[in-house]
Amino acid sequence: MENKYFKYISLPVGLALISPATTFAQAVTTAVAPAVAATPAPFISPGNTAWMIVATALVMLMTIPGLALFYGGLVRSKNILNVLMQCFILTAVISLEWVAFGYSNAFGSSTGALAPYVGGFDWAFLKGIKITDVSPYYISQATERIPHILFVLFQCMFAVITPALIIGAFAERIKFRGFLIFSLLWAIVVYNPIAHWVWSADGWLCKLGALDFAGGTVVHINAGIAALVMAVMLGKRRLPAGQHITPPHNIPFVVIGAALLWFGWFGFNAGSGLAADGLAANAFLVTHIAAAAAALSWALLDWFINKKPTVVGIATGAVAGLVAITPAAGFVDVSGAIIIGLLVSVFCFFMVSVVKGKLGYDDSLDAFGVHGIGGIWGAIATGLFATPVIQSAYSGAFNGNPKQLGIQLIAIVATLVYSGVLTAILFKIVEKTLGIRATEEEEISGLDITQHDEIAYSEAD
Amino acid sequence: MKKIEAIVRKSKFEEVRKALHEADIDFLSWWEVKGQGTARQGLIFRGIAYDINSVARMYVSFVVRDINAEKSINAILESAFTGESGDGRVFVSDIDQSIRIRTKDRGDESLYDKNAK
Repeated sequence: MENKYFKYISLPVGLALISPATTFAQAVTTAVAPAVAATPAPFISPGNTAWMIVATALVMLMTIPGLALFYGGLVRSKNILNVLMQCFILTAVISLEWVAFGYSNAFGSSTGALAPYVGGFDWAFLKGIKITDVSPYYISQATERIPHILFVLFQCMFAVITPALIIGAFAERIKFRGFLIFSLLWAIVVYNPIAHWVWSADGWLCKLGALDFAGGTVVHINAGIAALVMAVMLGKRRLPAGQHITPPHNIPFVVIGAALLWFGWFGFNAGSGLAADGLAANAFLVTHIAAAAAALSWALLDWFINKKPTVVGIATGAVAGLVAITPAAGFVDVSGAIIIGLLVSVFCFFMVSVVKGKLGYDDSLDAFGVHGIGGIWGAIATGLFATPVIQSAYSGAFNGNPKQLGIQLIAIVATLVYSGVLTAILFKIVEKTLGIRATEEEEISGLDITQHDEIAYSEAD
Repeated sequence: MKKIEAIVRKSKFEEVRKALHEADIDFLSWWEVKGQGTARQGLIFRGIAYDINSVARMYVSFVVRDINAEKSINAILESAFTGESGDGRVFVSDIDQSIRIRTKDRGDESLYDKNAK
């Protein structure tokens, strides 16, 4: 069963990037024939396809306007357009990069030593992929599949949102040009290879057995650690002496953004089974319940510790819950989801209210505190709570498979190391060439007016 | 003629308005202001309690005839009072001239409606 999509993560960390030498690998498709006699030829299922078209559109909604408003409301009013623009332009640029060669690098195959680390260019510009082709990737529905091009687009939305998540760490102090080049390079040399490791059938992480249903490792831990590195290397925002916190300029936007993320996440997680079936319904259920548990848990922490439940708090808690359930959504039942959700807010709350202040880095909108920490907890929790009741082949430590936890830890560490190191290198490259840190003038006047010649809230009526 | 200006709590603004109305002050302007003083506005962001160095208040301003000055000042002093730090201030200053644009009335006559009383 190991040929299925997103399941396995194995050992060596390769720094290999892009290999032009490739051969088309049938291995990706249906090489694994379990003990079943004759597997019927896969075909395009209209039902599964209908759901996946909707799911893909839902994932798009997460970046614009979901994440854009969530982050945009948290920044000061002089920087909201810059954040909206960052999310918007990544949607455009990464989508083009994805069809140009990103998809091929992430989900295609290559030959030789690079095969486990990065795909080649056979599918560049989706060459040779016909509209009648079935997706080579599937989870529970080996026969009733979706069109290959739909899988390409579904994954495109994941490729778009991952670099967009990093925005939270460097918000309010980055030059737009530096941001754009950094993000594009990051997508190419960090996101695509890690997606290949975890989600391609040849991926080196795909063989040890780490579980990542919808991207806890590839999306959230990956973006989270990149966010931390960026926050540290860019340095703190220039705030008046003694000030560490900037009050969010529009909390209603934060709420709309978080609610759209929650809604879009149903496509993200319930779509990751690539079919409209019971597994998708369970992913939907546990995603919703984990988000609910985490939202409540954060509100209660606020209430006990600071005497008032806050709106930014409950919205942040919901997002943390969604992050944490992401890798587990195809492996845990509702009891696992409740525990994952209740605890993720405790970890993230502690991280952003205590640890961040002690360490002194300025992760403006807590991209690491929520996505990094939430993602790590989710990956560990998957190794603990995975139950064969959902997918019979996969169990966690609490269901008699303690080895799974070790495998999850390997996957976490590999992602942290590769993404962290490459992010630091890319930062240096962009800093030395284009410049990346906003000047004092730009930062104080605001990035809206200095980077875009626009003002969000005009005085004119 | 006196100009009366007052900085009052937002939570007391409606009472101030009502008290001034009862003191026959029906022409007044106000705007929201931020300022600093000894009062602190506590906020919470993601588990961290902090205070911003500014507090939100209402700024009220109007011009009255001398005979109405004391009455309107007292109306503010009573209606804006809580006894806690941050209740605000009242400022009184002389006004050289006042002209009603529609009628060109000057001085005291410009400040009240002759026909109404």
